[in-house]
Amino acid sequence: MKALELKNLSKTYPNGVQALTGIDLSVEEGDFFALLGPNGAGKSTTIGIVTSLVTKTGGTATIFGHDIDRDFSAAKACIGLVPQELNLNQFEKVESIVATQGGYYGLPRGLALERAEKYLRELQLWDRRHDIARSLSGGMKRRLMIARALVHEPRLLILDEPTAGVDIEIRRSMWAFLRKVNAAGVTIILTTHYLEEAENLCRNVAIIDQGRIIENDRMSRVLRKLQMETFVLTLEHELDAAPRLDDYDTRLVDPLTLEADVHSGRDINELFRALSAAGIRVVAMRNKANRLEELFMRLVEQKKDGRAA
Amino acid sequence: MNLRNQWYAFSTLVIKEYNRIVRIWIQTIVPPAITMTLYFIIFGSLIGRRIGEMDGYDYMQFIAPGLIMLSVITNSYGNVVSSFFGAKFGRHIEEMLVSPMPNYLILLGHVAGGVIRGLFVGAIVTVVALFFTRLHVQHPLIVLSTVILTAIVFALGGFINAVFAKKFDDISIVPTFVLTPLTYLGGVFYSISLLPEFWQAVSRANPILYMVNAFRYGVLGTSDIPIGTAYAIIFVAIGLLYTFSLYLLNKGIGIRE
Repeated sequence: MKALELKNLSKTYPNGVQALTGIDLSVEEGDFFALLGPNGAGKSTTIGIVTSLVTKTGGTATIFGHDIDRDFSAAKACIGLVPQELNLNQFEKVESIVATQGGYYGLPRGLALERAEKYLRELQLWDRRHDIARSLSGGMKRRLMIARALVHEPRLLILDEPTAGVDIEIRRSMWAFLRKVNAAGVTIILTTHYLEEAENLCRNVAIIDQGRIIENDRMSRVLRKLQMETFVLTLEHELDAAPRLDDYDTRLVDPLTLEADVHSGRDINELFRALSAAGIRVVAMRNKANRLEELFMRLVEQKKDGRAA
Repeated sequence: MNLRNQWYAFSTLVIKEYNRIVRIWIQTIVPPAITMTLYFIIFGSLIGRRIGEMDGYDYMQFIAPGLIMLSVITNSYGNVVSSFFGAKFGRHIEEMLVSPMPNYLILLGHVAGGVIRGLFVGAIVTVVALFFTRLHVQHPLIVLSTVILTAIVFALGGFINAVFAKKFDDISIVPTFVLTPLTYLGGVFYSISLLPEFWQAVSRANPILYMVNAFRYGVLGTSDIPIGTAYAIIFVAIGLLYTFSLYLLNKGIGIRE
């Protein structure tokens, strides 16, 4: 079953800005899906329409088969939203925020409090339940918004840049938590600026730019479209100049750091064989840029060039 | 959402509004109690003695129902306008908008909050009034019904104000430039029979006059206007304001992009 299906979805704001130009998108039940795009591409508008915070100007959106116009109550009941911007009542207590949200979804008070405890414990916020939201750190507020979005146990969880401004340790613990939620059967749609996050978590990806979907495929297939990757190699011994290798462009960053471009179709083992033949030993290696980030930039640039032509 | 779920959603919103009123009691409860005490001391006790009787009652007794109604009107209006606009400004209104709670429940929940604060403050002002004068309620049902219905009217008014407000200044314009003058000229401090014919006719165009007088009739048994007309005006106002508020919510005006 499709968790989300958008058909010819469009949005033109009253000032004439066309945020979405008739996009089609579907997300299967149980998926962990990434919706990527530069600032102002239309990601948040798409999410806003799906969650009814933004009114669409054309097209249809269905959530688990429920049309957001005709069957809005059932459609909304399926969704949990973690918005991009903090939208907590800063003067309300942590437990009350989560339980109140449960109430808005029709949960009796007792059950809402029970669920609030469950998710606040899972997100390590239970000890802060009597504190007002304003007193929490940025990372805690993000986790509180996740707990709030889960209190009615939605089938579709939408996270709009959930880890923005969160340190790496908390980000990784949030990733682990989201993987657990997804493994329990909840479909997750994620927008993020940390493309490493999307690459790590998501099975499918759509890239949106200037209100249009420019790529929509499995994450692994999208990454395969990369034409070239640059690897940063840490050397055992210092070099004076970059070695000349057939089929590989290399640059010496400093005497112990070498960059090598590997085009798609080339075997990375061959690079090491060539380096060994030149008497160079490598002690460590990493990608220069996040692979998805590289592809993302290339796709966006290609579209811009195409339009300019 | 079935009826039971709707009830849970509505009661959640009402509890939240009630908690807000109690949490910020220093802003919601104390100021009207102090203001009304000053009114009773200055207008009732000091100046009122020189005025003598009004419509057959001593001046303190005459203004007590009007002052109670004045506090109900300003507090029911003020509660909804500040709560709903605050939720818009802080964006936590999205908690309600993304939920399956129907729009009419969002409206009724906020109106209930306004009525609760109006009645709460009205009760406190009544207690304050009893320190200064004696009030023998003549028609309890009229007292109760007019105070609740009037609170509903102004809670709805506060809601509409909050929907259109874009900044905090916008939520004080109507109370300052419309509500306060209409209330003061609505027979709180005087009987319109004291006015010349022309100004009596002008006063009759003020809907607050009818609400204050209906309440005063319930308490003292005297009124400048027919009670039936007062109820008709209140019900028409509720019908119109409720319909307009729901229209604004359904259209998403001021709250959805």
